[in-house]
Amino acid sequence: MSALRVSDLHYRYGSKVALDGVGFSIDEGRFCALLGPNGAGKSTLFSLLTGLLAAPEGGIAIAGHDMRTQPKAALARMGVVFQQTTLDLDLTVAQNLRYFAALHGLSGRKAANRIDEALDRLDMLERASEKVRALNGGHRRRTEIARALLHRPAVMLLDEPTVGLDAPARAAITNHVHDLCDDTHMTVLWATHLTDEVRLTDELVILHKGKVLASDTAHRIAGDRPLQAAFLEMVGETG
Amino acid sequence: MIYFTALIAIIQREALRYIGQRERFIAALVRPLVWLLVFAAGFRAALGLSITPPYLTYITYEIYIIPGLCGMILLFNGMQSSLSLVYDREMGSMKVLLTAPLPRWWLLFCKLFAGAIISILQCYTFLLIAGIYGIRMPTIGYVTAFPALLVGGLMLGALGLALSSFVKQLENFAGVMNFVIFPMFFLSSALYPLWKMAEAGRLLHDICAVNPFTQAVELIRFALYAQFNLPALGWSLLATAAFLALAIWGYDPARGLIRKKG
Repeated sequence: MSALRVSDLHYRYGSKVALDGVGFSIDEGRFCALLGPNGAGKSTLFSLLTGLLAAPEGGIAIAGHDMRTQPKAALARMGVVFQQTTLDLDLTVAQNLRYFAALHGLSGRKAANRIDEALDRLDMLERASEKVRALNGGHRRRTEIARALLHRPAVMLLDEPTVGLDAPARAAITNHVHDLCDDTHMTVLWATHLTDEVRLTDELVILHKGKVLASDTAHRIAGDRPLQAAFLEMVGETG
Repeated sequence: MIYFTALIAIIQREALRYIGQRERFIAALVRPLVWLLVFAAGFRAALGLSITPPYLTYITYEIYIIPGLCGMILLFNGMQSSLSLVYDREMGSMKVLLTAPLPRWWLLFCKLFAGAIISILQCYTFLLIAGIYGIRMPTIGYVTAFPALLVGGLMLGALGLALSSFVKQLENFAGVMNFVIFPMFFLSSALYPLWKMAEAGRLLHDICAVNPFTQAVELIRFALYAQFNLPALGWSLLATAAFLALAIWGYDPARGLIRKKG
Protein backbone atom coordinates (compact mmCIF):
# COMPACT_ATOMS: atom_id res chain seq x y z
CA MET A 1 0.00 0.00 0.00
CA SER A 2 1.30 3.45 -0.77
CA ALA A 3 1.81 5.68 2.26
CA LEU A 4 2.03 8.81 0.18
CA ARG A 5 0.35 9.32 -3.14
CA VAL A 6 0.50 12.42 -5.28
CA SER A 7 -1.49 12.52 -8.47
CA ASP A 8 -1.52 15.00 -11.31
CA LEU A 9 -0.68 18.00 -9.15
CA HIS A 10 -0.71 21.41 -10.75
CA TYR A 11 0.23 24.73 -9.20
CA ARG A 12 1.09 28.14 -10.55
CA TYR A 13 2.12 31.50 -9.10
CA GLY A 14 0.32 33.94 -11.34
CA SER A 15 1.46 33.01 -14.82
CA LYS A 16 4.51 31.07 -13.63
CA VAL A 17 3.93 27.33 -13.59
CA ALA A 18 5.50 25.79 -10.47
CA LEU A 19 4.15 22.24 -10.74
CA ASP A 20 2.90 20.73 -13.94
CA GLY A 21 1.13 17.41 -13.51
CA VAL A 22 3.32 15.98 -10.74
CA GLY A 23 2.47 12.43 -9.72
CA PHE A 24 4.25 9.65 -7.81
CA SER A 25 3.66 7.33 -4.90
CA ILE A 26 5.81 5.90 -2.12
CA ASP A 27 5.24 2.49 -0.54
CA GLU A 28 5.01 2.11 3.21
CA GLY A 29 8.35 2.06 5.00
CA ARG A 30 10.39 3.32 2.04
CA PHE A 31 12.89 6.18 1.94
CA CYS A 32 12.21 8.28 -1.12
CA ALA A 33 14.51 11.06 -2.21
CA LEU A 34 12.96 13.95 -4.11
CA LEU A 35 15.87 15.16 -6.15
CA GLY A 36 15.78 18.36 -8.11
CA PRO A 37 17.87 21.45 -8.77
CA ASN A 38 16.95 24.74 -7.12
CA GLY A 39 13.69 26.06 -8.52
CA ALA A 40 12.44 22.60 -9.51
CA GLY A 41 9.27 23.00 -7.47
CA LYS A 42 10.28 21.01 -4.39
CA SER A 43 9.28 23.64 -1.83
CA THR A 44 5.98 24.29 -3.59
CA LEU A 45 5.30 20.56 -3.51
CA PHE A 46 6.06 20.54 0.22
CA SER A 47 3.71 23.45 0.83
CA LEU A 48 0.97 21.52 -0.96
CA LEU A 49 1.76 18.27 0.87
CA THR A 50 1.53 20.04 4.23
CA GLY A 51 -1.65 21.93 3.36
CA LEU A 52 -0.05 25.38 3.56
CA LEU A 53 -1.11 25.79 -0.04
CA ALA A 54 -4.06 24.17 -1.73
CA ALA A 55 -3.74 22.90 -5.28
CA PRO A 56 -6.51 23.75 -7.70
CA GLU A 57 -5.95 20.44 -9.51
CA GLY A 58 -4.67 17.02 -8.50
CA GLY A 59 -4.75 14.97 -5.34
CA ILE A 60 -2.62 14.16 -2.30
CA ALA A 61 -3.19 11.22 0.04
CA ILE A 62 -1.22 10.69 3.25
CA ALA A 63 -1.57 7.21 4.79
CA GLY A 64 -4.81 6.81 2.88
CA HIS A 65 -6.27 10.18 3.93
CA ASP A 66 -7.09 12.64 1.22
CA MET A 67 -5.57 16.06 1.91
CA ARG A 68 -8.57 17.87 0.49
CA THR A 69 -11.39 15.98 2.18
CA GLN A 70 -9.65 14.78 5.39
CA PRO A 71 -6.93 17.36 6.06
CA LYS A 72 -6.90 16.84 9.84
CA ALA A 73 -6.46 13.07 9.54
CA ALA A 74 -3.78 13.54 6.89
CA LEU A 75 -1.87 16.11 8.98
CA ALA A 76 -2.12 13.93 12.08
CA ARG A 77 -0.27 11.13 10.26
CA MET A 78 2.45 13.42 8.93
CA GLY A 79 5.71 14.67 10.40
CA VAL A 80 7.35 17.66 8.75
CA VAL A 81 10.79 19.22 8.82
CA PHE A 82 10.76 22.48 6.90
CA GLN A 83 13.74 23.89 5.07
CA GLN A 84 14.05 26.95 7.29
CA THR A 85 14.18 26.40 10.99
CA THR A 86 10.79 26.55 12.69
CA LEU A 87 11.96 26.37 16.30
CA ASP A 88 11.49 29.11 18.88
CA LEU A 89 15.06 30.17 19.49
CA ASP A 90 14.41 31.59 22.95
CA LEU A 91 12.68 28.47 24.21
CA THR A 92 14.48 25.34 25.33
CA VAL A 93 14.56 22.14 23.28
CA ALA A 94 12.06 20.52 25.66
CA GLN A 95 9.73 23.55 25.61
CA ASN A 96 9.71 23.52 21.82
CA LEU A 97 8.85 19.84 21.80
CA ARG A 98 6.19 20.16 24.48
CA TYR A 99 4.47 22.90 22.47
CA PHE A 100 4.43 20.75 19.36
CA ALA A 101 3.25 17.67 21.26
CA ALA A 102 0.29 19.65 22.60
CA LEU A 103 -0.64 20.82 19.12
CA HIS A 104 -0.98 17.11 18.34
CA GLY A 105 -3.03 16.43 21.45
CA LEU A 106 -0.22 14.98 23.58
CA SER A 107 0.26 16.29 27.10
CA GLY A 108 1.43 15.31 30.58
CA ARG A 109 3.30 12.08 31.19
CA LYS A 110 2.62 10.75 27.72
CA ALA A 111 4.13 13.82 26.06
CA ALA A 112 7.13 13.73 28.43
CA ASN A 113 7.81 10.07 27.60
CA ARG A 114 7.53 10.66 23.88
CA ILE A 115 9.85 13.69 24.12
CA ASP A 116 12.50 11.70 26.01
CA GLU A 117 12.20 8.84 23.56
CA ALA A 118 12.48 11.05 20.47
CA LEU A 119 15.39 13.10 21.85
CA ASP A 120 17.18 9.93 22.89
CA ARG A 121 16.77 8.52 19.41
CA LEU A 122 18.46 11.59 17.95
CA ASP A 123 21.16 11.68 20.68
CA MET A 124 19.78 14.97 21.96
CA LEU A 125 18.47 13.98 25.38
CA GLU A 126 21.24 15.69 27.32
CA ARG A 127 20.45 18.98 25.54
CA ALA A 128 16.75 19.01 26.44
CA SER A 129 17.04 21.98 28.77
CA GLU A 130 19.29 24.06 26.51
CA LYS A 131 17.90 27.05 24.66
CA VAL A 132 17.67 26.45 20.92
CA ARG A 133 19.64 29.63 20.29
CA ALA A 134 22.65 27.98 21.91
CA LEU A 135 22.56 24.93 19.60
CA ASN A 136 24.55 24.55 16.40
CA GLY A 137 22.86 23.95 13.04
CA GLY A 138 23.16 20.17 13.20
CA HIS A 139 21.65 19.96 16.66
CA ARG A 140 18.82 22.29 15.70
CA ARG A 141 18.01 19.96 12.81
CA ARG A 142 18.06 16.95 15.09
CA THR A 143 15.70 18.77 17.43
CA GLU A 144 13.32 19.39 14.55
CA ILE A 145 13.46 15.75 13.47
CA ALA A 146 12.86 14.60 17.05
CA ARG A 147 9.93 16.99 17.23
CA ALA A 148 8.45 15.61 14.02
CA LEU A 149 8.56 12.09 15.52
CA LEU A 150 6.57 12.89 18.67
CA HIS A 151 3.15 11.95 17.31
CA ARG A 152 4.57 8.83 15.60
CA PRO A 153 3.71 9.84 12.07
CA ALA A 154 3.34 7.32 9.26
CA VAL A 155 4.98 9.67 6.80
CA MET A 156 7.88 12.02 7.41
CA LEU A 157 8.49 14.91 5.03
CA LEU A 158 11.85 16.67 5.08
CA ASP A 159 12.49 19.67 2.85
CA GLU A 160 16.22 19.96 2.22
CA PRO A 161 16.99 19.31 5.88
CA THR A 162 20.77 19.45 5.41
CA VAL A 163 20.90 22.98 4.00
CA GLY A 164 23.58 25.02 5.73
CA LEU A 165 25.15 22.07 7.57
CA ASP A 166 28.78 21.02 7.36
CA ALA A 167 29.70 17.65 5.83
CA PRO A 168 29.83 15.57 9.03
CA ALA A 169 26.51 16.97 10.32
CA ARG A 170 24.98 16.40 6.89
CA ALA A 171 26.10 12.77 6.83
CA ALA A 172 24.92 12.22 10.40
CA ILE A 173 21.43 13.59 9.71
CA THR A 174 21.12 11.61 6.48
CA ASN A 175 22.13 8.41 8.28
CA HIS A 176 19.81 9.10 11.21
CA VAL A 177 16.79 9.39 8.94
CA HIS A 178 17.74 6.34 6.87
CA ASP A 179 18.04 4.37 10.13
CA LEU A 180 14.66 5.67 11.28
CA CYS A 181 13.10 4.46 8.10
CA ASP A 182 14.69 1.00 8.47
CA ASP A 183 13.90 0.63 12.19
CA THR A 184 10.38 2.01 12.39
CA HIS A 185 9.02 1.38 8.88
CA MET A 186 8.19 5.01 8.60
CA THR A 187 7.84 6.36 5.09
CA VAL A 188 10.19 9.22 4.30
CA LEU A 189 10.14 11.85 1.58
CA TRP A 190 13.48 13.65 1.59
CA ALA A 191 13.89 16.63 -0.71
CA THR A 192 17.42 17.47 -1.75
CA HIS A 193 19.52 18.75 -4.60
CA LEU A 194 22.53 16.69 -3.56
CA THR A 195 22.92 13.20 -5.02
CA ASP A 196 25.32 12.06 -2.29
CA GLU A 197 22.40 12.03 0.16
CA VAL A 198 20.67 9.36 -1.90
CA ARG A 199 21.47 5.66 -1.45
CA LEU A 200 21.11 3.37 -4.43
CA THR A 201 18.49 1.32 -2.60
CA ASP A 202 16.31 4.39 -2.02
CA GLU A 203 13.28 5.29 -4.06
CA LEU A 204 13.98 8.34 -6.18
CA VAL A 205 11.79 10.96 -7.80
CA ILE A 206 13.58 13.45 -10.03
CA LEU A 207 11.77 16.78 -10.29
CA HIS A 208 12.77 19.45 -12.74
CA LYS A 209 10.92 22.58 -13.81
CA GLY A 210 7.76 21.39 -12.14
CA LYS A 211 7.71 17.97 -13.84
CA VAL A 212 8.66 14.47 -12.72
CA LEU A 213 11.43 13.26 -15.01
CA ALA A 214 11.87 9.85 -13.38
CA SER A 215 10.39 7.84 -10.54
CA ASP A 216 11.96 4.50 -9.61
CA THR A 217 14.63 3.07 -7.32
CA ALA A 218 17.84 5.07 -7.43
CA HIS A 219 19.93 2.21 -8.81
CA ARG A 220 17.52 1.65 -11.70
CA ILE A 221 17.53 5.35 -12.55
CA ALA A 222 21.32 5.51 -12.29
CA GLY A 223 21.83 2.37 -14.39
CA ASP A 224 25.52 1.71 -14.79
CA ARG A 225 26.52 5.34 -14.29
CA PRO A 226 27.10 7.18 -11.05
CA LEU A 227 23.82 8.73 -9.87
CA GLN A 228 25.28 12.23 -10.14
CA ALA A 229 26.04 11.72 -13.84
CA ALA A 230 22.59 10.32 -14.56
CA PHE A 231 20.96 13.22 -12.70
CA LEU A 232 22.95 15.90 -14.50
CA GLU A 233 22.30 14.25 -17.84
CA MET A 234 18.55 14.23 -17.23
CA VAL A 235 18.39 17.77 -15.95
CA GLY A 236 20.75 18.96 -18.67
CA GLU A 237 18.75 17.31 -21.47
CA THR A 238 15.65 19.23 -20.61
CA GLY A 239 17.42 22.39 -19.49
CA MET B 1 -9.77 17.61 24.25
CA ILE B 2 -7.03 18.17 21.69
CA TYR B 3 -8.61 21.59 21.04
CA PHE B 4 -8.16 22.56 24.66
CA THR B 5 -4.65 21.07 24.93
CA ALA B 6 -3.62 23.13 21.91
CA LEU B 7 -5.16 26.30 23.34
CA ILE B 8 -3.28 25.94 26.63
CA ALA B 9 -0.03 25.19 24.78
CA ILE B 10 -0.40 28.25 22.56
CA ILE B 11 -1.07 30.50 25.57
CA GLN B 12 1.92 28.99 27.38
CA ARG B 13 4.15 29.57 24.39
CA GLU B 14 3.09 33.22 24.10
CA ALA B 15 3.66 33.70 27.81
CA LEU B 16 7.10 32.07 27.68
CA ARG B 17 8.08 34.21 24.73
CA TYR B 18 6.74 37.26 26.46
CA ILE B 19 8.67 36.62 29.66
CA GLY B 20 11.77 36.22 27.51
CA GLN B 21 11.25 39.69 26.04
CA ARG B 22 11.33 41.84 29.15
CA GLU B 23 12.05 45.04 27.24
CA ARG B 24 8.80 44.53 25.31
CA PHE B 25 6.88 44.33 28.57
CA ILE B 26 8.47 47.46 29.91
CA ALA B 27 8.00 49.36 26.65
CA ALA B 28 4.33 48.39 26.55
CA LEU B 29 3.90 49.70 30.07
CA VAL B 30 5.95 52.86 29.74
CA ARG B 31 3.90 54.11 26.78
CA PRO B 32 0.53 54.47 28.56
CA LEU B 33 2.25 55.59 31.77
CA VAL B 34 3.91 58.48 29.95
CA TRP B 35 0.52 59.47 28.57
CA LEU B 36 -1.04 59.23 31.99
CA LEU B 37 1.64 60.89 34.06
CA VAL B 38 2.82 63.52 31.60
CA PHE B 39 0.23 64.17 28.93
CA ALA B 40 -2.85 63.86 31.13
CA ALA B 41 -1.32 65.91 33.93
CA GLY B 42 -0.51 68.72 31.55
CA PHE B 43 -3.83 68.50 29.78
CA ARG B 44 -5.99 68.44 32.86
CA ALA B 45 -6.28 72.24 32.97
CA ALA B 46 -6.90 72.65 29.27
CA LEU B 47 -9.82 70.26 29.02
CA GLY B 48 -13.00 70.68 31.02
CA LEU B 49 -15.10 67.57 31.30
CA SER B 50 -18.81 67.64 32.01
CA ILE B 51 -20.64 64.83 33.71
CA THR B 52 -21.51 62.15 31.18
CA PRO B 53 -22.23 58.47 31.81
CA PRO B 54 -20.75 56.37 33.28
CA TYR B 55 -19.35 59.16 35.47
CA LEU B 56 -21.63 60.48 38.21
CA THR B 57 -19.51 63.41 39.21
CA TYR B 58 -16.86 65.68 37.79
CA ILE B 59 -13.75 63.69 37.07
CA THR B 60 -10.16 64.59 36.45
CA TYR B 61 -8.66 64.08 33.03
CA GLU B 62 -6.47 61.29 34.42
CA ILE B 63 -9.60 59.34 35.32
CA TYR B 64 -11.09 59.97 31.89
CA ILE B 65 -8.04 58.79 29.99
CA ILE B 66 -7.59 55.45 31.84
CA PRO B 67 -9.92 53.34 29.62
CA GLY B 68 -8.37 54.87 26.51
CA LEU B 69 -4.91 53.95 27.71
CA CYS B 70 -6.07 50.39 28.42
CA GLY B 71 -7.33 50.43 24.84
CA MET B 72 -3.93 51.72 23.76
CA ILE B 73 -2.24 48.75 25.38
CA LEU B 74 -4.64 46.38 23.61
CA LEU B 75 -4.15 48.20 20.32
CA PHE B 76 -0.36 48.21 20.40
CA ASN B 77 -0.27 44.63 21.61
CA GLY B 78 -2.72 43.43 18.99
CA MET B 79 -0.58 44.99 16.31
CA GLN B 80 2.63 43.81 17.89
CA SER B 81 1.49 40.21 18.09
CA SER B 82 0.61 40.50 14.41
CA LEU B 83 4.08 41.80 13.83
CA SER B 84 5.29 38.66 15.54
CA LEU B 85 3.01 36.69 13.22
CA VAL B 86 4.62 38.18 10.17
CA TYR B 87 7.97 37.48 11.79
CA ASP B 88 6.85 33.99 12.77
CA ARG B 89 5.68 33.37 9.29
CA GLU B 90 9.05 34.31 7.95
CA MET B 91 10.80 32.30 10.61
CA GLY B 92 8.52 29.39 9.96
CA SER B 93 6.92 28.75 13.34
CA MET B 94 3.59 29.82 11.86
CA LYS B 95 4.00 26.84 9.55
CA VAL B 96 4.26 24.56 12.57
CA LEU B 97 1.04 26.01 13.95
CA LEU B 98 -0.85 25.77 10.68
CA THR B 99 0.19 22.15 10.03
CA ALA B 100 -1.27 21.00 13.34
CA PRO B 101 -4.19 18.60 12.83
CA LEU B 102 -6.82 21.12 13.92
CA PRO B 103 -9.12 23.42 11.99
CA ARG B 104 -7.34 26.54 10.89
CA TRP B 105 -9.97 28.85 12.39
CA TRP B 106 -9.37 27.27 15.80
CA LEU B 107 -5.60 27.65 15.53
CA LEU B 108 -5.95 31.30 14.56
CA PHE B 109 -8.45 31.87 17.36
CA CYS B 110 -6.07 30.28 19.89
CA LYS B 111 -3.28 32.55 18.71
CA LEU B 112 -5.60 35.51 19.07
CA PHE B 113 -6.85 34.47 22.49
CA ALA B 114 -3.30 33.95 23.76
CA GLY B 115 -2.36 37.44 22.54
CA ALA B 116 -5.41 38.94 24.27
CA ILE B 117 -4.56 37.27 27.58
CA ILE B 118 -1.05 38.72 27.47
CA SER B 119 -2.50 42.18 26.70
CA ILE B 120 -4.92 41.93 29.62
CA LEU B 121 -2.09 41.07 32.00
CA GLN B 122 -0.44 44.28 30.85
CA CYS B 123 -3.62 46.28 31.32
CA TYR B 124 -3.92 45.09 34.89
CA THR B 125 -0.30 45.94 35.57
CA PHE B 126 -1.01 49.41 34.20
CA LEU B 127 -4.17 49.74 36.32
CA LEU B 128 -2.19 48.68 39.37
CA ILE B 129 0.46 51.34 38.80
CA ALA B 130 -2.25 53.94 38.13
CA GLY B 131 -3.91 52.84 41.39
CA ILE B 132 -0.68 53.28 43.32
CA TYR B 133 -0.43 56.75 41.77
CA GLY B 134 -3.87 57.48 43.17
CA ILE B 135 -6.05 56.99 40.12
CA ARG B 136 -8.48 54.33 41.26
CA MET B 137 -11.64 52.78 39.88
CA PRO B 138 -14.43 51.20 41.92
CA THR B 139 -13.12 47.83 43.16
CA ILE B 140 -15.81 45.85 41.35
CA GLY B 141 -14.79 47.66 38.17
CA TYR B 142 -11.50 45.81 38.11
CA VAL B 143 -13.47 42.55 37.87
CA THR B 144 -16.13 43.67 35.43
CA ALA B 145 -13.48 45.20 33.16
CA PHE B 146 -12.06 41.76 32.42
CA PRO B 147 -14.66 40.65 29.83
CA ALA B 148 -14.56 44.10 28.22
CA LEU B 149 -10.76 43.97 27.97
CA LEU B 150 -11.06 40.47 26.51
CA VAL B 151 -13.49 41.61 23.82
CA GLY B 152 -11.30 44.61 23.04
CA GLY B 153 -8.18 42.47 22.97
CA LEU B 154 -9.78 39.93 20.66
CA MET B 155 -11.09 42.63 18.34
CA LEU B 156 -7.78 44.42 17.97
CA GLY B 157 -5.87 41.14 17.76
CA ALA B 158 -8.22 40.00 14.99
CA LEU B 159 -7.59 43.25 13.14
CA GLY B 160 -3.84 42.69 13.42
CA LEU B 161 -4.24 39.07 12.33
CA ALA B 162 -6.23 40.14 9.28
CA LEU B 163 -3.60 42.73 8.41
CA SER B 164 -0.76 40.27 8.89
CA SER B 165 -2.32 37.91 6.37
CA PHE B 166 -2.31 40.61 3.73
CA VAL B 167 1.05 42.17 4.45
CA LYS B 168 3.85 40.24 2.83
CA GLN B 169 6.85 42.01 4.23
CA LEU B 170 7.91 43.29 7.57
CA GLU B 171 8.86 46.69 6.14
CA ASN B 172 5.37 47.22 4.82
CA PHE B 173 3.98 46.32 8.17
CA ALA B 174 5.68 49.26 9.85
CA GLY B 175 3.72 51.47 7.46
CA VAL B 176 0.50 49.72 8.34
CA MET B 177 1.24 50.33 12.00
CA ASN B 178 1.42 54.04 11.34
CA PHE B 179 -1.63 54.07 9.15
CA VAL B 180 -3.69 51.93 11.52
CA ILE B 181 -2.58 52.65 15.07
CA PHE B 182 -2.41 56.41 14.99
CA PRO B 183 -5.67 57.10 13.13
CA MET B 184 -7.48 54.53 15.26
CA PHE B 185 -6.19 55.98 18.48
CA PHE B 186 -6.59 59.68 17.74
CA LEU B 187 -9.94 59.31 15.98
CA SER B 188 -11.51 57.78 19.04
CA SER B 189 -12.90 58.65 22.43
CA ALA B 190 -9.65 57.56 24.09
CA LEU B 191 -8.32 61.10 24.59
CA TYR B 192 -11.44 63.27 24.29
CA PRO B 193 -15.11 62.52 24.73
CA LEU B 194 -17.19 62.31 21.58
CA TRP B 195 -19.16 65.47 22.42
CA LYS B 196 -15.88 67.40 22.34
CA MET B 197 -15.30 66.00 18.87
CA ALA B 198 -18.78 67.14 17.85
CA GLU B 199 -17.79 70.69 18.78
CA ALA B 200 -14.87 70.41 16.39
CA GLY B 201 -17.00 69.08 13.55
CA ARG B 202 -19.86 66.73 12.81
CA LEU B 203 -17.87 64.61 10.35
CA LEU B 204 -15.03 64.19 12.80
CA HIS B 205 -17.53 63.11 15.45
CA ASP B 206 -19.13 60.59 13.10
CA ILE B 207 -15.80 59.10 12.09
CA CYS B 208 -14.89 58.74 15.74
CA ALA B 209 -18.26 57.20 16.56
CA VAL B 210 -17.97 54.43 13.96
CA ASN B 211 -14.35 53.70 14.79
CA PRO B 212 -14.41 50.23 16.42
CA PHE B 213 -11.64 51.35 18.75
CA THR B 214 -13.99 54.00 20.20
CA GLN B 215 -16.51 51.27 20.89
CA ALA B 216 -13.93 49.09 22.60
CA VAL B 217 -12.77 52.03 24.74
CA GLU B 218 -16.36 52.89 25.71
CA LEU B 219 -17.03 49.25 26.57
CA ILE B 220 -14.02 49.29 28.88
CA ARG B 221 -14.96 52.72 30.29
CA PHE B 222 -18.43 51.54 31.32
CA ALA B 223 -17.17 48.15 32.51
CA LEU B 224 -14.67 49.85 34.81
CA TYR B 225 -17.72 51.32 36.58
CA ALA B 226 -19.52 47.98 36.52
CA GLN B 227 -21.90 49.27 33.88
CA PHE B 228 -22.91 47.55 30.71
CA ASN B 229 -22.81 49.39 27.39
CA LEU B 230 -24.79 47.29 24.94
CA PRO B 231 -24.20 49.33 21.75
CA ALA B 232 -20.44 49.34 22.43
CA LEU B 233 -20.49 45.59 23.02
CA GLY B 234 -22.54 44.99 19.88
CA TRP B 235 -20.24 47.10 17.73
CA SER B 236 -17.11 45.54 19.22
CA LEU B 237 -18.37 42.00 18.68
CA LEU B 238 -19.47 42.81 15.16
CA ALA B 239 -16.05 44.27 14.36
CA THR B 240 -14.34 41.23 15.96
CA ALA B 241 -16.38 38.87 13.80
CA ALA B 242 -15.64 40.88 10.67
CA PHE B 243 -11.89 41.10 11.34
CA LEU B 244 -11.71 37.43 12.26
CA ALA B 245 -13.57 36.40 9.11
CA LEU B 246 -11.14 38.51 7.10
CA ALA B 247 -8.18 36.88 8.85
CA ILE B 248 -9.47 33.34 8.28
CA TRP B 249 -10.03 34.21 4.66
CA GLY B 250 -6.55 35.75 4.52
CA TYR B 251 -5.01 32.57 5.89
CA ASP B 252 -6.94 30.29 3.52
CA PRO B 253 -4.42 27.95 1.85
CA ALA B 254 -6.26 28.21 -1.45
CA ARG B 255 -5.32 31.89 -1.49
CA GLY B 256 -1.69 30.85 -1.37
CA LEU B 257 -0.73 32.58 1.85
CA ILE B 258 2.74 31.22 2.28
CA ARG B 259 4.10 31.85 -1.14
CA LYS B 260 7.50 30.43 -1.68
CA LYS B 261 9.66 30.05 -4.66
CA GLY B 262 9.70 26.48 -5.97
